[in-house]
Amino acid sequence: MIQVNAIGDTCPIPVVKTKQAIQALGGAGVVQTLVDNEIAVQNLTKMAQQKGYGVTAQKLEERKFQVTMTVGENAANLHAEQETLCQPRPASGAEKTVVVIAAATMGAGDDALGKTLMKGFLYALGQQDRLPETILLYNGGAVLACEGSVSLEDLQSMEARGVEILTCGTCLNFYGLTEKLKVGGITNMYTIVEKMTQADRTIQP
Amino acid sequence: MGGPIVFCKGGGCTAKLGAGVLNHVLERLPKGPADPDLLIGFDSRDDAAVYRVSDELAIVQTLDFFPPMVDDPYTFGQIAAANALSDVYAMGGEVKTALNIVCFPETMDLNVLGEILRGGAEKVIEAGGTLVGGHSIADSDVKYGLSVTGFVNPANMYANNRGQPGDCLILTKRLGVGIICTANRVGEADKEAMEAAIASMTTLNRTAAACCKPYTVHACTDVTGFGFLGHLHEMMDGHTSCHIHASRMPVFSEALTYANAFLLTAAGQRNRNHTGPFVRFDGVPFAMEEVLFDPQTSGGLLIALPAEEAPRLLHDLCAAGLPAAAVGEIMAASGTEILVTEL
Repeated sequence: MIQVNAIGDTCPIPVVKTKQAIQALGGAGVVQTLVDNEIAVQNLTKMAQQKGYGVTAQKLEERKFQVTMTVGENAANLHAEQETLCQPRPASGAEKTVVVIAAATMGAGDDALGKTLMKGFLYALGQQDRLPETILLYNGGAVLACEGSVSLEDLQSMEARGVEILTCGTCLNFYGLTEKLKVGGITNMYTIVEKMTQADRTIQP
Repeated sequence: MGGPIVFCKGGGCTAKLGAGVLNHVLERLPKGPADPDLLIGFDSRDDAAVYRVSDELAIVQTLDFFPPMVDDPYTFGQIAAANALSDVYAMGGEVKTALNIVCFPETMDLNVLGEILRGGAEKVIEAGGTLVGGHSIADSDVKYGLSVTGFVNPANMYANNRGQPGDCLILTKRLGVGIICTANRVGEADKEAMEAAIASMTTLNRTAAACCKPYTVHACTDVTGFGFLGHLHEMMDGHTSCHIHASRMPVFSEALTYANAFLLTAAGQRNRNHTGPFVRFDGVPFAMEEVLFDPQTSGGLLIALPAEEAPRLLHDLCAAGLPAAAVGEIMAASGTEILVTEL
């Protein structure tokens, strides 16, 4: 068990410290966090519930609350180290190209062939001299940005080189993949429309 | 400028007292004899007070101040000023004068204060107003804001709670600045995201208010400390309901990402506690729920107007460079005050 002292810390620091402790667990285990206010208890509880951890809270004394989180085997596997939140941008001034991935397959006909073609496409995209500004993924395409995707490394490589990768939140939610997003950020229809309409060029394989 | 001082302990509108706590105290205050010239005051939880001087002229009075939410003092001054001035625009008025409200540690470098005040002064000038004075005290922490006086024609002013069934709801700025600033405070915000958030927070609602002039605005408020849903709840005011389409909300994508990493404020949770009971979510992802409760510093205008006028107002707002969007509709009061569906 790891104990976290977040007394005197303002949100989101109790959550940040607790997340670090959970990572340090390296698998299943228990993290116990001390905070000095009810709201921090609520924010920690929210996180635990979203992540599927067991969570209990108790008041030890005035301004001292203890939140105990139990990370089970399954939850530990799902715990994404998706805190690669800093995304350097590619140089501006060039034509703004947005790539739209609307399905897990490329072209119509045979799905197995389609999956292979899409993998090939994303690989080749990353090999180009000029990378797109943004890659949008939605509906069937959302799965490609998630754990288990054969294109994950290609997408992560492009992200590391400054490509903005955004997956539709509604779609992740629909497919139950929100916890499994492994590359880039989450977006909604408003931004998807905005990116597409402001692009100089959109490419959809 | 900007120095080694750790400025922000979670400032901006995340520093507001929770709405429930506030109501509890305010309810108990003595009221005094009713003044018929007070057009908008305590009873409606509106953005500013409005006091009639003549048939064509009313005074708009408001104030806002808070601790810093960014490291750079000049930027902080700009944001705090824009935030305070916003309430005048939310009433449909124009800014006339402003007074500085300052708390500053005696041991801190006075140049820092100079930069804060310079940021504020320039924003007041941009708003077409005049800085006429102010008051400062020594304090353990920095706080800054303005007391603002504006003018409005009582026949044309916008209350925040007179939306009508059939109205369209338009929001003129992106949501998510509270979460982005919070992520920034713990070193997890992308530099571009923070710059975009700052650009949003330093934008006056003056242009948005000007775009509204030709239209029949039924209700208007600015989205600040109580978050989008909190201010929407005030607009509903117990006599209307509404339906919000989450996928149409203008948001900062990074805010959704950081919300998913649980980089959330105490004020956001307080907003959820207070307004949550009036909201029903249907298929909305957790991160979007959080962004809808996220306290906004210097947020956009939330406008209710007849549905048939909405497309033209939206066009005008977008043509003026604002990230505006139509996000929902008002309907007659029903069991659920605020229904938020994903699509």
